[in-house]
Amino acid sequence: MQLFPCPFCGPRDEREFHFAAEAGKTRPDTTGAVSEADWAAYLYDRRNDKGRVREVWMHLPCREVFVMERDSVSMEVLGTTAFRKAGA
Amino acid sequence: MTGRRTESGGLIDRGTTLRFRFDGRAYTGHPGDTLASALLANGVRVLGRSFKYHRPRGVWGAWFDDPNAIFDVALEGNEIPNCPATTTPLVEGMEARVVNAWPSARRDVKGGLDLLHRWLGAGFYYKTFIWPDWHLFEPSIRRMAGLGALDGKEIPDYVADQIHDACDLLVVGGGAAGLAAARAAAEAGQDVVLVEDHPELGGGLYRSGESVEGKARAEWVTEQGATIAKNGGRILTGTTAFGVYDHGLVGLATERGFARAPRLTRMRARRVVMATGALDRPMTFADNDRPGVMSLQAAAEYLTRYGVLVGRRIAVLSNNSAGEAAIEALRAAGAEVTEADPGAGPIRALGGKRLSGVRMGEKRLECDTLLVSSGLTPVVHLWRHAGGKLDWSDEKSAFVPGAAPQGMMAIGAANGTFDLEPALAEARAAALGKPAAPTGNSYSIRPLWPEPGTKGRQWIDFQHDVTLKDVELAARENYISVEHLKRYTTLGMAGDQGKTSNMAGLAAMAAIQGKPIPEVGTTTFRPPFVPVPLELYHGARRGQLLNPLKRLVLEPQHRQAGAALGEYGGWLRPGWYGPKPADQAVRDEVLMARKTAGIFDGSPLGKIEVMGPDAEAFVNFIYYNTIATLQPGHIRYGFMLTESGAIYDDGVIARLGPERFVISCSSAHVDGVEAMLESWRQDGNDPDRLFVHDATQHWATVTVTGPKAREIVGALGLPLDLTRAAFPHMTLRESDFAGSPLRVARVSFTGDVSFELSLRATKAADLWTALIDAGAQHDAGPIGIEALSVLRAEKGFIVVGKDTDGETMPQDLGFGIPRLKKKSAFVGDRGLHTEAANDPNRRQLVGLTAPEGSPTLPTGAHLVTGDRPRSEGIITSSYFSPTLDRPIALALLERGAARQGETVTVWHMGQVRTATVAPPCALDPEGGRLDA
Ligand SMILES: [Zn+2]
Repeated sequence: MQLFPCPFCGPRDEREFHFAAEAGKTRPDTTGAVSEADWAAYLYDRRNDKGRVREVWMHLPCREVFVMERDSVSMEVLGTTAFRKAGA
Repeated sequence: MTGRRTESGGLIDRGTTLRFRFDGRAYTGHPGDTLASALLANGVRVLGRSFKYHRPRGVWGAWFDDPNAIFDVALEGNEIPNCPATTTPLVEGMEARVVNAWPSARRDVKGGLDLLHRWLGAGFYYKTFIWPDWHLFEPSIRRMAGLGALDGKEIPDYVADQIHDACDLLVVGGGAAGLAAARAAAEAGQDVVLVEDHPELGGGLYRSGESVEGKARAEWVTEQGATIAKNGGRILTGTTAFGVYDHGLVGLATERGFARAPRLTRMRARRVVMATGALDRPMTFADNDRPGVMSLQAAAEYLTRYGVLVGRRIAVLSNNSAGEAAIEALRAAGAEVTEADPGAGPIRALGGKRLSGVRMGEKRLECDTLLVSSGLTPVVHLWRHAGGKLDWSDEKSAFVPGAAPQGMMAIGAANGTFDLEPALAEARAAALGKPAAPTGNSYSIRPLWPEPGTKGRQWIDFQHDVTLKDVELAARENYISVEHLKRYTTLGMAGDQGKTSNMAGLAAMAAIQGKPIPEVGTTTFRPPFVPVPLELYHGARRGQLLNPLKRLVLEPQHRQAGAALGEYGGWLRPGWYGPKPADQAVRDEVLMARKTAGIFDGSPLGKIEVMGPDAEAFVNFIYYNTIATLQPGHIRYGFMLTESGAIYDDGVIARLGPERFVISCSSAHVDGVEAMLESWRQDGNDPDRLFVHDATQHWATVTVTGPKAREIVGALGLPLDLTRAAFPHMTLRESDFAGSPLRVARVSFTGDVSFELSLRATKAADLWTALIDAGAQHDAGPIGIEALSVLRAEKGFIVVGKDTDGETMPQDLGFGIPRLKKKSAFVGDRGLHTEAANDPNRRQLVGLTAPEGSPTLPTGAHLVTGDRPRSEGIITSSYFSPTLDRPIALALLERGAARQGETVTVWHMGQVRTATVAPPCALDPEGGRLDA
């Protein structure tokens, strides 16, 4: 069972966390024209990288949303950053 | 009768006798015995039947490596299936029965299946999928499959404790190496935990030699244990480290006695030292599964740990030096031991249920017991769970730990260090995190592996009946990868998970392909190392403790009013009130609400506050509908969508002030909506200018709905003008009830005049009582959620998730305007303009009427068209309307909005009926009742 460091609460059991999304996607500006391809890419395309990944997670008890960098092969957690500071 | 109890020795308590039964016969044993050791001491040999061929089997091993002896055990009315006889401690009064055999292990009526072995080889089941027909075999295979039988009774209080723990160093294995490591670490000031799966310390010392470092074995073991404890180390016996999981978590299962769930410790250790020892490998020869063919190391363990001599005339076949101490001990105990050369020619065990000898080429040796060893295999499971690598050692003819996983070291026999002195040196170095200096190795072995092409039935996996010929067949049919071999033959998939079979299996495959063993590779090792009950993982997290019901603050009032409480969307709520049958009670409540008024506990309705300078822009982005134009004191109905444009939730939003909104989402969606709002809040918004607060549990809500609602609320004497002109529909007023803030909202889920009154949960009882008393003056009373469901369906009001599915968009429900007109961005906006969203054949909400006199339409029924019926839609809600005195229904139907008046075919479970498409709203379409 993994330990994830919540930026607000510190290291906690993985069962307390909820995966939200891969980090780094920007929502298209929908007040202008957005092509089908761009919208589909935003909604459905996943990098699903093997190795180093950046992801958005929520710590359910405190509701902190944050970016976690981790290794999807070794499961090593490389760090977490509160969402508002991550600029993702 | 071959085995017997020795006169002295072992760890058993000879002063106490325990009585037990096996397959109906009475036997005795002693505390400290396992079921297997006690039966061997009684001279019982046949302790099991194999899975497929029902071959008679004795024990191979003395601990977790035995694949053969599996019992269903009953004690004091509790029955546990599939207990390994070698690891189940004997308890007075146990009633054990062999699995997979009837009436007994000795006389199994299915023993004749062995004659069919020619047709039941590897891949038999898979082949019947293709030819002739699996269904011919399925019933009999299903009857025969499986091992133990469940008695169907729940064992009271069978709940696993769960503990979270941490330490500097976890030592797994309380043999010589583990004890030395734990002691050295404890003396160096480390917080040490030592686990040993046997009830007592000592491990493999009970199979090798009498003395350690100049001390008698028992004395040395006691001294190590005492020193570890004195230095603050913790020793957990009867505890198995059954798995290493992500981030170094080690699962420990501590036995707590028969029919009691083990205790789970989730141990987080800075470092783990694996001192798990090594196992004897079986030898592959003809009829090597006969009862009486046993592990040489196990025989030594039965003797020194349990005081059982397993045979009188013993033949030993060994290709390695590890068994010398064992042979010496067996001779000293009075056995006649003959050592034979396993390389002297093809070997075959002789005799049936009773072993009579062994033939090696032309030579024949009489014996009652055949002890074999074809080398030691380090127990590396935890190493592999943690991601450690294995190296092949030619010198030791075994896989040994290679590149280490983070924070883990292997010592002693588990590391291939089979000699005692070097193992102790290695242990003391590992205690301080250092590798030991390399030393010499006295262990010698002559490789001896299965020989493909040789005669006879030679067992590789004993429990699952996989023979060398099955491996050869798998190879011929091109299942040569070890992972394919495993699945095709089921080799290694038995209860022992390949502890005895994997090495022989992959060596056989290597030989067939003419490859060296390391090139064939190993299969994946996965937790648990030994079988553990599922209860261990969930512990007390079951039922209410896993998924607690949410409780209403007014539950006592509902109970007093005779409510039928049930689970609705995670809440325990009144379905209806009173002792009448449900349908009658619901019908009466609906009629009352339409005639006078119903008083409803709506507390679970979401009350999520959104506050701050950016709140208006935020809710405008979250909602499909335009919220920015909503004035303080006003309420709007709207939808939240997913980014794909589908409806996620519906409900009303009220504006309390310029910077304060309250979202009333569906009762069952509060947690999800709140998490969704919080995610958006922290994504791209300034969280210091925007707050989301879920006050659902803090506020209770009581709704009064019906023609008399205004009078009933009026009786509260609130400082509030309730008249239609002063307090119109879809507005909200903040007021005061008995000195406590009260919000009164005019919204309606019934189509009648309704007032929703919300206040602090602690004040709810007073409000409820006052309203019930006032209602009584008008023949009004409480209504449950079942009546509300009918009332809303009469009006065509939807429930998200019931009347919508994952594809329903707002335009399908007749709310198409914002999709076309709203200018600012909102969640799901682009998703509403995809090709699928513009499809003219989308399913749209309709009402249905049934022909005169016909019963209620079935919910879930399909609306079909054509000779080969195709579903065009589905009935989502269906009730008998007491108000209209006829059935009503809501459905999602392709192009439904344009098909008013059309007759459609209703298909349900083979029954065909008809219905007519109608508007969703069946009652008061002009809305006159709302402003009455
Ligand atoms: Zn947190």
